Amino acid sequence: MPEAMDLPRYHRLTAPYYRLEGRRCRRCGALHFPPRAACGTCRGQETEPYRFSGRGTVFSFAEVAQAPQGFSGPYMVALVELEEGIRVTAQLTDVDPEEVEIGMPVEMVTRRLQEKGPHGYIVYGFKFRPPLARRQAS
Amino acid sequence: MRDVFIVGAGQTPVGEHWHLGLRDLGAAAIRAALADAGLNAVDALFAGNMLGGAVNGQENLGALLADAAGLLPAEAFKVEAACASGGAAVRMAALSVAAGVHDVAVAVGIEKMTDAVADQLTAGLATASDGDYEASHGLSFVALSALLMRRYMHETGAAREDFAPFAVNAHRNAAANANAMFREPISAEDFAGSPQVAAPIGVLDAAPVCDGAAAVVVCAREALLPSQRAVRIAAAVAATDTIGLAGRADLLTLGAARDSAAKAFAASGFAPQDCDFFEAHDAFTIITALSLEACGFAPRGEALKRAAHGCFARGGCVPLSTCGGLKARGHPVGASGAYQIVEAAAQLRGEAGANQVAGARVALTQSIGGHGSIAVTHLLEA
Repeated sequence: MPEAMDLPRYHRLTAPYYRLEGRRCRRCGALHFPPRAACGTCRGQETEPYRFSGRGTVFSFAEVAQAPQGFSGPYMVALVELEEGIRVTAQLTDVDPEEVEIGMPVEMVTRRLQEKGPHGYIVYGFKFRPPLARRQAS
Repeated sequence: MRDVFIVGAGQTPVGEHWHLGLRDLGAAAIRAALADAGLNAVDALFAGNMLGGAVNGQENLGALLADAAGLLPAEAFKVEAACASGGAAVRMAALSVAAGVHDVAVAVGIEKMTDAVADQLTAGLATASDGDYEASHGLSFVALSALLMRRYMHETGAAREDFAPFAVNAHRNAAANANAMFREPISAEDFAGSPQVAAPIGVLDAAPVCDGAAAVVVCAREALLPSQRAVRIAAAVAATDTIGLAGRADLLTLGAARDSAAKAFAASGFAPQDCDFFEAHDAFTIITALSLEACGFAPRGEALKRAAHGCFARGGCVPLSTCGGLKARGHPVGASGAYQIVEAAAQLRGEAGANQVAGARVALTQSIGGHGSIAVTHLLEA
């Protein structure tokens, strides 16, 4: 995969990757993540930034055994349904793979996504984990 | 718009072709299709391919293949729609003839996957998904299919073993197809015992990595020759859905598959019950189930129940993957949509040998890219 221009690529993704920032349609109120230039619901073109809470539940999950170039498996991935009603695709972290189930509460956390070689930069972004408060209580 | 006919079909065997490159495979399929049509030149060439750039370091496949197949100076382009590239190339060739721009065009689907090592290929295939919001987070193509399958099992109560009939049927049909990669039948027990690659997806849920090329020559009614055995393209339709799985309002409805099929049925006047067989995009057993439901062959969540009753096997109400499908004939990704149409044309011409669907007159083929972000659906009539 081409990597020479990855630095600006991930720099421009800072808002969604670090803050789970998507867009909200000013016309119909539909929420979008990832951000879209036009609303797929009402086709309106006026949108504004919208920061998601980062709280949700596991909608579906899988284990990646054979990782793509740039990743090392195994690790867990999931479709997370956020409490705002939209879904996000992400890795799960700080979790026992055997404990993952559909409906399990999770929260967003900022983690290392990729390392571009031993001397390269590190891409940070969102992953999801079981809520810290819940784990401490149990 | 003018009626468009398939008048020639050709293919290479599907497999690991260590001694053949993109130009060799593509030219072989194109020349075979031209020979079948009794022609030696075309007005245009459309090359369906996904991984030429990412895996083979070769783009501009239009010129490469027009040159290799001796078709210069014909207009020629690559058509890319991930795993639906082959179907999209046939759609574009048919469109160019229907529009009256060309009289004779050739569409070739081609993929050369074995030039990449495993993690390179996994990353290459992931380019069909959302680069910023799926692939960059480590989601492989198989993992995205696993997310669909896990949710399907959760909502329908299906077990992994319930997906077996699709793979068993595909392997049984491939046994009689000399161009198929896997010609050994498998049992439901083999399926259940196959190792998991991205749970719940096992080895025998998934189509193999391989090389191959398939081509069809299409022409206008005015260009038909008496010697040709023509198959009419009754409809060719493409539609799209969200690039990422997370954007789907109903994860288990493949909207592009549903919409392209609905438009194809409306345009042709045919209905699902008119189809004598269905070449589905069986890259994973879960995709087969979702495609069947999207096209109207089963209500949502019911495809596995119908499969258990033998509905989609040879002799059933809608025979599936009649020459082995992606699962067992093989899935050279950007070529598969063209293989489906080459095989469907053979069925409609009564040339499918031991796999012949008796009296086949109407065929549906559906090529799906990027887990349903794009689908290309063709209805063919003898």
